[in-house]
Amino acid sequence: MAFAYTPGLRVADVADISKVRRLPLKGEVLAAVGDSIEADTVVARTELPGNVKMFNIANLLGVPPSDIPELLLIKEGEVIGADEPLAQSKGLFGKYFKNTVKSPIDGVFESFNEITGQAVLREPPIPVEIDGYVKGKVTEVLPGEGVIVQTHCTFVQGIFGIGGEVRGELKMVCSAPDQEVTADKITPDCKDKIVIGGNYISHSVLKKAISTGVKAVVVGGFDDKDLKDLLGFDLGVAITGHEKLGITLILTEGFGRMTMASGTFELLKLREGMVASVNGATQIRAGVMRPEIVVPLPADAASKTTSTKQAGAMDIGSSIRCIRSPYFGMIGKVAALPPELQVVDSEAKVRVLEVEFPDGKRYTVPRANVELIEG
Amino acid sequence: MAAERMQTILATDCGSTTTKSILIEYSEEAGRYRLARRGEAPTTVEAPAEDVTKGVLNAVGEIEDLEGRRFLKDNGSGVHVREGSGDGVDLYVSTSSAGGGLQMTVAGVVKSMTGESAQRAALGAGAIVMDIIASNDKRLPHEKVEDIRRLRPDMILLSGGIDGGTIDHVVELAEIIRAADPKPRFGVGFKLPVIFAGNKDAAGAVKEELGSTVELKIVDNLRPVLERENLGPARDLIHELFMEHVMAQAPGYAHLMEWTGRFVDGKWKNVPIMPTPGAVGKLIERVAKMEGIHVMGVDIGGATTDVFSVFDSSGEPVFNRTVSANLGMSYSISNVLASAGMDSVMRWVPFHVDEADFRNRIRNKMIRPTTIPQELEELIIEQAIAREALRLALVQHKELATGLKGVAQERTIGDAFEQSQTGATLVNMMDLNLLIGSGGVLSHAPRRSQTAMMLIDSFLPEGVTMLAVDSIFMMPHLGVLSEVHPQAAVEVFNNDCLIKLGPCIAPSGSFKKVDHLAVVKLNMPDGKTVEEKIIPGEMKLIPLGVGEKTTAVITPVKGLDVGNGPGEVWEGTLEGGIVGIVLDGRGRHPFNLPEDDAKRVQMLQTWSQTLNCYPERFLTMGGGE
Repeated sequence: MAFAYTPGLRVADVADISKVRRLPLKGEVLAAVGDSIEADTVVARTELPGNVKMFNIANLLGVPPSDIPELLLIKEGEVIGADEPLAQSKGLFGKYFKNTVKSPIDGVFESFNEITGQAVLREPPIPVEIDGYVKGKVTEVLPGEGVIVQTHCTFVQGIFGIGGEVRGELKMVCSAPDQEVTADKITPDCKDKIVIGGNYISHSVLKKAISTGVKAVVVGGFDDKDLKDLLGFDLGVAITGHEKLGITLILTEGFGRMTMASGTFELLKLREGMVASVNGATQIRAGVMRPEIVVPLPADAASKTTSTKQAGAMDIGSSIRCIRSPYFGMIGKVAALPPELQVVDSEAKVRVLEVEFPDGKRYTVPRANVELIEG
Repeated sequence: MAAERMQTILATDCGSTTTKSILIEYSEEAGRYRLARRGEAPTTVEAPAEDVTKGVLNAVGEIEDLEGRRFLKDNGSGVHVREGSGDGVDLYVSTSSAGGGLQMTVAGVVKSMTGESAQRAALGAGAIVMDIIASNDKRLPHEKVEDIRRLRPDMILLSGGIDGGTIDHVVELAEIIRAADPKPRFGVGFKLPVIFAGNKDAAGAVKEELGSTVELKIVDNLRPVLERENLGPARDLIHELFMEHVMAQAPGYAHLMEWTGRFVDGKWKNVPIMPTPGAVGKLIERVAKMEGIHVMGVDIGGATTDVFSVFDSSGEPVFNRTVSANLGMSYSISNVLASAGMDSVMRWVPFHVDEADFRNRIRNKMIRPTTIPQELEELIIEQAIAREALRLALVQHKELATGLKGVAQERTIGDAFEQSQTGATLVNMMDLNLLIGSGGVLSHAPRRSQTAMMLIDSFLPEGVTMLAVDSIFMMPHLGVLSEVHPQAAVEVFNNDCLIKLGPCIAPSGSFKKVDHLAVVKLNMPDGKTVEEKIIPGEMKLIPLGVGEKTTAVITPVKGLDVGNGPGEVWEGTLEGGIVGIVLDGRGRHPFNLPEDDAKRVQMLQTWSQTLNCYPERFLTMGGGE
């Protein structure tokens, strides 16, 4: 067989990327098709319905629910303030021992149910705004929902991340992709920057980066044990992006000490000093989402390198990178694609390929354990 | 339908990680259908390909390469289903769980009653139940609204109220759904399908509430009275809507749906794609019915683990299926670690490992879910994790495979001293006759004894239980095929799919100082008599090959049970398997591994050696003993 399909991550020096910027609920779109926007331009806004507070007025007053309507002091739909009386009992002889139920919140008296005695109060709406995230041009308006922004950029996908969208200037703190980000490399001038490291960062150094005001760290590897300490729990399902840690962390290779792919490192080095938008959000499931680094470029910027990893056909001579032990991270070329299943060290019979590394040595690896890279 | 003579049948299963294809052909020589080839390729429902058909073409292309024949159309635009003779196949069928399968939220008034019935209906139809919304689930309304929006189900099943029962609570649930204004995951602009299968008197009010905001369908109440469930209509509608509204919107499925089918009298007849678990469930039910036995099946995938069971309830066989949505061997592997705990997973590793390294390895599998262990050490670690995923999935299955809760029970004087309550689990490991394992880690284990050990360690079968494995993970294919061509499905299942590993004999009950738990006497096929004692803490293996049979007398010591009650002798016929007869003296109720680390490692190594699970070099791993 001369065809295989192995998805890889994108590392493109120049690409046109579209980003959908959508409100969680329908609202007002503030940008129009053709508008040039900055990353922090608000493109749409809405108001989320306030939280609902339910409580039983009948129980609180100690009267049957059907008697409540005549005891209500306000009407459905009226605005209420905290501690404002909502209902009052008739009391003894209409004068003494009257009980009053007060509103626990500012908001609206939404409804009352005469069967259950429940009142529904709603807190004020929560305003939500969506910005452009990346510098670019609005190519489409999603009526009432948001916009699609296109940007001409350098685009790098990581393998795993935590933390949401942030922006900042790219700053290299390591001189080689196999260098660790040590505490001395996090200097005061890293504040508000997106720091690019080499093969590893420890939890203690990451904490220093947070206290220094670093916006994001992009690095080859990180320990899972440190991730647990950082989050305060063991991450079960890989759905991230909502963490409020004061920093966004993007791993380009994986867990453990892992040299950043040289293509990725060199490309980010080339863009040092430029402003990037990064997002750690990761979902390794349906609608797979990987963390990303987007560096908007001038409209006329053209490709200078060819380090683009992408999916496609695998053939003899294709460049590949091993993505699992024992050759993790090593780059080579496909030397053979035997069609029959072969037995590997685990005794499993699997589809394999032969890879030739730059030193001329050839090894057999499962096809599932490589990703295609271009060039 | 009548079994028509088809020469060549192609079936695919688009899993969340891998698309598997099988080729079935009628063999004149054997006089039956047989498995001819299999192929596989990574599933391509997600970016960058975002087209499920690419993975199908690759998986079928692999069969083409191995077979040297053409099954795809010349321009690669689909599977070539032929009208007469020549290249191509006579029938093409497919199942799918790609893109996360069918993900549903269900709602009911009381969580343990209509909520649970709705859950069973959805699970039985092959769905993953992401959330159960109930009037009494202790969440505030806005929290329920937020959860619906966040989870973005493909479909919502709304139940609640027996016929003639509460209307208010049902309408409240509808209000919450409307407030959430849920949007489908796939297909912007399409309305989310919502099925109402609750109190028939509430149907009008629900319709009024939900109006045109969703694609509302109304079917018969799934719990018309407390004492009875009526899950069929809701399940059928879920299948129908899955095809129309969910699959049709998923990347590439619109094409795949056109490919599956065959020609009947010159006219194209489409065969619907079935959710993978729905297809496996159909096959398990068929096996239990055909053989008249209690069966459990477990399918451990990359993202989810499905458990199926057929046990008796009030003398009637009852089928149950559960999905442990976040227990799996790739996408969900880290969740196994988070749910079971580090110590629970590491206790199954027969050598010493560094915890930090162990954690990084698991996490790297999660972020690159399609990779497979190349080294023996990594294989052993994955099999340790599989044990915990299977164990947790069984715990969840036992909790849901129960009798109906909240039902008044008729009791006779004979029941006066029984402490049974409504909603007790139907799963009784002592009554289990056949346990079938399926899914990559079980089906593709390099040695079948590894599969047997994983099944025994995780499910802890009691008494006498036949263990089997889906040879190359083709139960989904055969499940959907059984709907169109039962003869081909049954013949391939019996001869090529189901591999009997052998019976496991495990005395159950507490014991203290005994030198053995039971004596097993076997009259072997060669005429010899074998007598073995089941020793506390030990495992033994007695060879008895596939198709071979022996009569057995198993005598447990006082207080222990091997199937006929405490201390009672069990007599019967045992059938062999590829592994043999496994005698498990490690105890049940309780089963415990040694707490001392060195002793635990030593015991695991001894048991693995007894069953010849791994090559001897595993003894020197992790520093070695």
